[in-house]
Parts: sequence; structure tokens; C-alpha cells
Amino acid sequence: MRRVVLALEAFDPACELERFSHASQSAGGIVSFLGQVRQEDGDPVEALELRHYEPLTLPGMEALVRRAEGHWPLASVMAIHRVGVMVPGDPIVLVACAARHRRDAFAAADFLMDHLKSSAWFWKREKTAQGWRWVEPRDQDHADLTRWNAVP
Amino acid sequence: MSLTLLFLGPLEDVAGGPDMVLDVAEPLSLARIAERLAPGLAVAIGAPKVRIALNGNLVAAGEVLAGNGDELAFLPPVSGG
Repeated sequence: MRRVVLALEAFDPACELERFSHASQSAGGIVSFLGQVRQEDGDPVEALELRHYEPLTLPGMEALVRRAEGHWPLASVMAIHRVGVMVPGDPIVLVACAARHRRDAFAAADFLMDHLKSSAWFWKREKTAQGWRWVEPRDQDHADLTRWNAVP
Repeated sequence: MSLTLLFLGPLEDVAGGPDMVLDVAEPLSLARIAERLAPGLAVAIGAPKVRIALNGNLVAAGEVLAGNGDELAFLPPVSGG
């Protein structure tokens, strides 16, 4: 199974994972990662908005998933990414990789998340009491990508 | 005869909106397009890290020739999901 989705509306991670595991029964292990909008005491962020560029964002996600499939022996892959306005607690991204052996699943999920966070076509802004503010790229995100230079 | 410009991410704030339509008589290079914009916006879209897509395909700044019916998108560095 390969499921790559740009979600314009909220999605249900539990429901998605249940369907994913059902479709991946030949796999010995499934690794999943769920990213959600942080909710911390005193955090001034009231909302988060993710924007995309239609012609590139979903095709880029699909190419990334194919790259992971080409490098690790995966039985199934899923990558779901929200766009639009979200509030603390809302799911942003869900990645799941199913493989015969767990290390391939861990590595592929880690690879997908590093790239979704730092090279996928998304722009993020945060809303605080002062209004909306665009989030600048972080150096750490680019450093994370260099871990995967050996993946063609 | 109209050329649509799209401004992604923080470029939207510089441009004052997510898109803009230019009335064009003929296909224009990026330099000719920049001449039609406010100076601050012209500088912002010319930054080395800003990528450019013509009708959905990434192109080099020097290859841009955009005219009637085209859509030119300016893509600043992404800020992660």
C-alpha cells in the first residue's frame, strides 16, 4: 500500500493507522510518527497555518515516498500532511512505514520526516496575540537532511 | 493580456497579497517583470534563495520568459511542516 495525501481538512490518525496496519499484514513491524500542533502552558501560539503550492507540494511528497521505497524494503508507506489553519492539539503530519524488519521501518520513517520538515514545499506561519508571523527555516532542519546524503 | 504572479510564504506580506496580475503586451524576462513591481518586492523576489516556478515547473531565474496566460510563482525557502 502507498498512501500519500495532502489533507485540506483534519484527519483522524488512529483511523488512518488502523487501515494502514490492516493493509500491511505481511510486515513484521510498523513505525509511525504523528506530528501535532504543540500545546504548552504559557505558549502564545494560538493557531498555526500551513500553506502549499499546488503544482509542487503533493508531487514532491510522492517523489519523496518513492525515494524511500527505492532504498528500504517497505511493504507499505503512508504520508499524510495537513495544510490550512490548525489549533494546538491538531494533527499536522502522519508518517507510517511497514517493513519485514523494524530497522528498515524506523529508518524510512525518520528519512521521510526529516524531508517533510525541511525540504517539502510548505510554508508555516503562527498566530499570537500580536497577529500572524511567518516562521523562518531553521539551520537544524538542513543539518538533519545531511544524514541522508547516501540515499539516492 | 495578463500575467499572474504568485507570492508564497513571507513574500505574500512583501507583495501585500498572495497574487498579482500584470497587464503585459509581450512575454517578459524576470528583470522586465521586476521593473513593474515596487522596489522592495523586486529585491525580495530576486533573493538567491527564492525559487521560481513557471506554470508549475521550477525554472532558473535567467530562463524566465512569461507572458499572457502564464503563472509565475515565487517560492521562498520552505519553513517545514
